[in-house]
This record gives sequence, structure tokens and C-alpha cells, in this order.
Amino acid sequence: MKNITKKMKKARSAIFMISPAVIWLVMFIVIPIGFIFFISFMTKNVYGGYIHKLDLTVYLRFFDNRYLRIFGYSALIALATTIISLLMGYPFAYIISTSSKRTRNLLMMAIMLPFWINSLIRTSGWITILRLEGVANTVLQRLNIIQEPLKMLYTDGAVLFGMVYVLFPFMVLPLYTSLEKLDPALLEASSDLGARPYRTFLRVVFPQTLPGVFAGSIQVFVPSLGYFFIADIMGGGKTILIGNLIKNQFTIGRDWPFGAALSIILVVLTLVLLKLYSKIGSMEDLA
Amino acid sequence: MSNRKKGKKIRRVSSIIYACLIYIFLYLPIVVVIVFSFNTSKLNLRFEGFTFEWYWKMFENKPLIDSFKNSIIVAVSSTFISVVVGTIASVGMYRYSFRGKGIIDSMLYIPIVIPEIILGISLLMLFTAFEITLGMLTLIIAHVSFSLPFVIVTVRSRMSGFDRSIEEAAMDLGASPIRTFTRITLPIIAPGVVAGAMLALTLSLDDVIVSFFTTGIKSKTFPIQIQGMVRTGVSPDVYALSTLLIVGTIIIMILVNVFDRIADKKMYGEEKSIDEERVPFV
Repeated sequence: MKNITKKMKKARSAIFMISPAVIWLVMFIVIPIGFIFFISFMTKNVYGGYIHKLDLTVYLRFFDNRYLRIFGYSALIALATTIISLLMGYPFAYIISTSSKRTRNLLMMAIMLPFWINSLIRTSGWITILRLEGVANTVLQRLNIIQEPLKMLYTDGAVLFGMVYVLFPFMVLPLYTSLEKLDPALLEASSDLGARPYRTFLRVVFPQTLPGVFAGSIQVFVPSLGYFFIADIMGGGKTILIGNLIKNQFTIGRDWPFGAALSIILVVLTLVLLKLYSKIGSMEDLA
Repeated sequence: MSNRKKGKKIRRVSSIIYACLIYIFLYLPIVVVIVFSFNTSKLNLRFEGFTFEWYWKMFENKPLIDSFKNSIIVAVSSTFISVVVGTIASVGMYRYSFRGKGIIDSMLYIPIVIPEIILGISLLMLFTAFEITLGMLTLIIAHVSFSLPFVIVTVRSRMSGFDRSIEEAAMDLGASPIRTFTRITLPIIAPGVVAGAMLALTLSLDDVIVSFFTTGIKSKTFPIQIQGMVRTGVSPDVYALSTLLIVGTIIIMILVNVFDRIADKKMYGEEKSIDEERVPFV
């Protein structure tokens, strides 16, 4: 008898502790996403919004060359952002992980610090540097390295640059976490057994840090599909990525059902990617 | 042998240079923001002369100051809500096993992994459907929604070394669950809670995308307020305000670090505090 009341008490406090968070997630994550799914089958209203009338053709419109090209191009930019961040971030995370513990904490803090200044403001700093009469061109011209100012801003390269800048820390953090777990004794053993440094890296270090590589890649690739403001600012509005396409349906385009359908397609693509990821990495590494 | 030593030294120097280059990459635009906050030119396209005037003139720019206040209010209140709700939930999930835990887990990871734009648009659709006027309330709801999962995951991961028998001992000795939570559990998991709070604060202050969709005309946050300016040139008063934020952040970080070190010394004594591993905020 006593046991049963204890069990009930336990259940009651479990519900009391967990339900606020669960209710919040259901109300503001699950239901809204379900709602987008619903809107994606509705008919567009010319004045914005939608009419409660089934329209199954919305998804078919996606298979238009124009939209497919935007999706392909976004995926390409996202992939390039991921690869560049990985190549830049791996040696960097490695250097941090091999420094003394106190320096390590300081160095990691220095990576997080810029986040407190909104990414939009930091990106605007790059505009001041990269514009035609900006800091970079002025300096290069004064040093006589170039005669004519270079057009750096409002190009596809600038969009890629901005993406790498904003997302780079998301690659470094998981890489660092996995490198930090590395046992130095293993490296010693490898070199004592006669392995050259690059061989030690390829056969011992890199395989063990693969979880960090995968987690970092997901954390750079997925957000870069949606970062419309980087494309807006750095590309001068000429570059259109998935994020811009979706945003435009809700602002200037006024085609909510199509925007909803594009969002659902993006969600499905992300979930497919994550399904693949979950076969090789753990979800916990993503947070 | 000396060749090997030489190689080691070259590697060391080149890795320091490489790390410096990366930090320059991360901080160059911030340096530019600080420098151009002292610019005499309102257009702020090129540096024309040095002045301090923007540091008091910015207070006359009411929309700017209001948006900055809004950002702080949204960041602090959304962090507070997500830390309270999130910490209690993570302790609950750690303490009890029950059916449906897997479903909660996948619910937690959805907002962490899907692009933010989806979250922003889906909330916008929800708010318009229920005719909730966009404003501070919708902003705070939106920010809690993206930071809550991060808080839960962070607190939970820091709990992995937590010994549950301590809690049981407290309860067996007659402490109520609430008392056990505040006197035993909370002090132990405090580092995880602080890390979660810092993460929530950071995410909120850095957010552009979700705020873009859930902000009202009268309740713009700082980044949304200046969004239109960015392409044509951001005025020096915006940069002055950003500079104050940077300085404030650095002071807070130093204080957190100092307190952390003092707390560590109290807990573990002098020696261990140096070896104690502490990755800030993640």
C-alpha cells in the first residue's frame, strides 16, 4: 500500500516537473510546424494569407527550373561554407586543444564573445571593410598593391565569405569538444611505434574526431540554408537562397501556401540529412 | 636531434600565427565597429575625423535606444523563463524514467536542428491565426521556444556525472522534494544551469531570423531596427551603442571568470582550481 502511494507521488512530481517544458514545445514548436503543413495545402489569397480551400498543386510548382536552381545553388553555397569552415576550423580547434588548460578556456571564451554583438552588426563591419571605397580597398591602394579598387562586395564570393564568418564558430565548438577528449597517450604510442606525424593524424587523430566533424558539418550546413540576411546584405539582394525564397513568399510575394510548401520541403530535407547523420553520429553532439 | 627540435619550434610558431589569423578574422569587423563609432561623418562611409559626440548623441535617437531596451528585455526575460522551465524539466527527466522519453527527446532536437527560418515562419502563422498582435509577448515566446531545448540539453549533459543517491539520501532523511531540489540538486548542477543561461542569453542577443518574423512595428529589437541601414551604411550612433555592448560584455565575462575562480578555490582548494576543466558556455 505504501509502495503504491510512493509510486503515485513519484509520477505526480515527474509530471509536475516535465509537463511545462513539454507543453511549451508542443504549443510553440510542434503545432506551428503542423500548421505550416496544413497551410501548404491551402489556396493562396491574392491579398496575402490563404483561403480554406484545398489546393494540391502547390507542391508541384516547386518542380520548376527556377526554384530547383535556387535549391541547388543554396545547397552548393551551404556545402562550400561547410567545407571551408571545416578546413579552417580543424587546425584551429587542434591548436586550441593542445594549449595549456588556462589558455584553452580563454581562447574558447574569445570564440564565444563575438556572439554577444549581433551577427547583423558584425556583418555590417565587413561591409565597411569590403565596400568599393572601404577600408580594404583604401589600404591596398595606399600600399600600391592594386591600382583600381576591387569589387569584393555584392558578389557570390561575398555571400560565401559572410556565411563562413557567421557560422565558423559552430564548426569549431564540436571539433574542439571531440579533440579535447583525445587521449595524448595514444598519440605518443603511435609516434613511439614509429608512425610519422601525418600518419598518426590520419590513422589515430582524425578517426577519433569524426563525431566532431559530423556534428560541426551539420551545424554549419543546415543553418546556412536559411540565413537569408547574409545573402541580402553581402550579395546586395542579387543572390537568392532557399531562405530568401521562403521569406519572400511571406513578405513581397504574398504567397503563403507556396512559402509553407517550401518550408516543409526544407524541413523534410533537413530531417533526411539528420537521419543520415544519426547513423554515424549522436544527436547529443549537436547541442 | 636538433633538426627535430627546430621542426617543433617552427610548428609552434606557425600554429600561433595561424590562430592569430583566425582571431583577426573573427574580430576585424568588431574592431571596425569600434573605430567607426568615433567617426565625425554621419554617413559613416569612410573615416573622416575623431569625435566622442555619438556617445551622448545616441541617446537622442529614441527608436534606437528603444530597440536596444527591447532587445535586453527580450533576452533577459526569455532566458529567465527558459532556464527555470528547462532546469526543472531536465532534473525531472534525469530523475524519473517513463514512457515517451524518446518522443520528448526528438521534440527537443527539432528546434535545435531545423533552420531558424522555419521556426520564425511557423510562429508567425500561429500568431496570425490566433490574431495575437506581434509585440514583446510574441518575441519573448519565440525566443523561449528556440532557447528552451538548448537549455535542457546543456543542463542534462552537465548532469551526467550527477550521483542520484545524494538526492535519495536527502529525501530519506526527510527533506521534501522541493527542499531537496533547492538545497541539494540545484547547487550541484549550478555550473550547467549557468552555462545554459549564458547560451540562452547569447542565442537571444544574436538572433536576427526568428525576431524578423515575430517582431511588431512598435517592439523592434536592436538588429531589426538597424536592418534597413546595413546596406546603405550604419550610422555611428549605432556603432557607439554596439561598442558599449562589447565593453559591457567583456566586463561581464571577466567578472564571471573571476567569480568562477573564487568559487572553485572555495570548493576545491588552491591547486585544483588551475587544473579544473571549464569550457565556457558550451
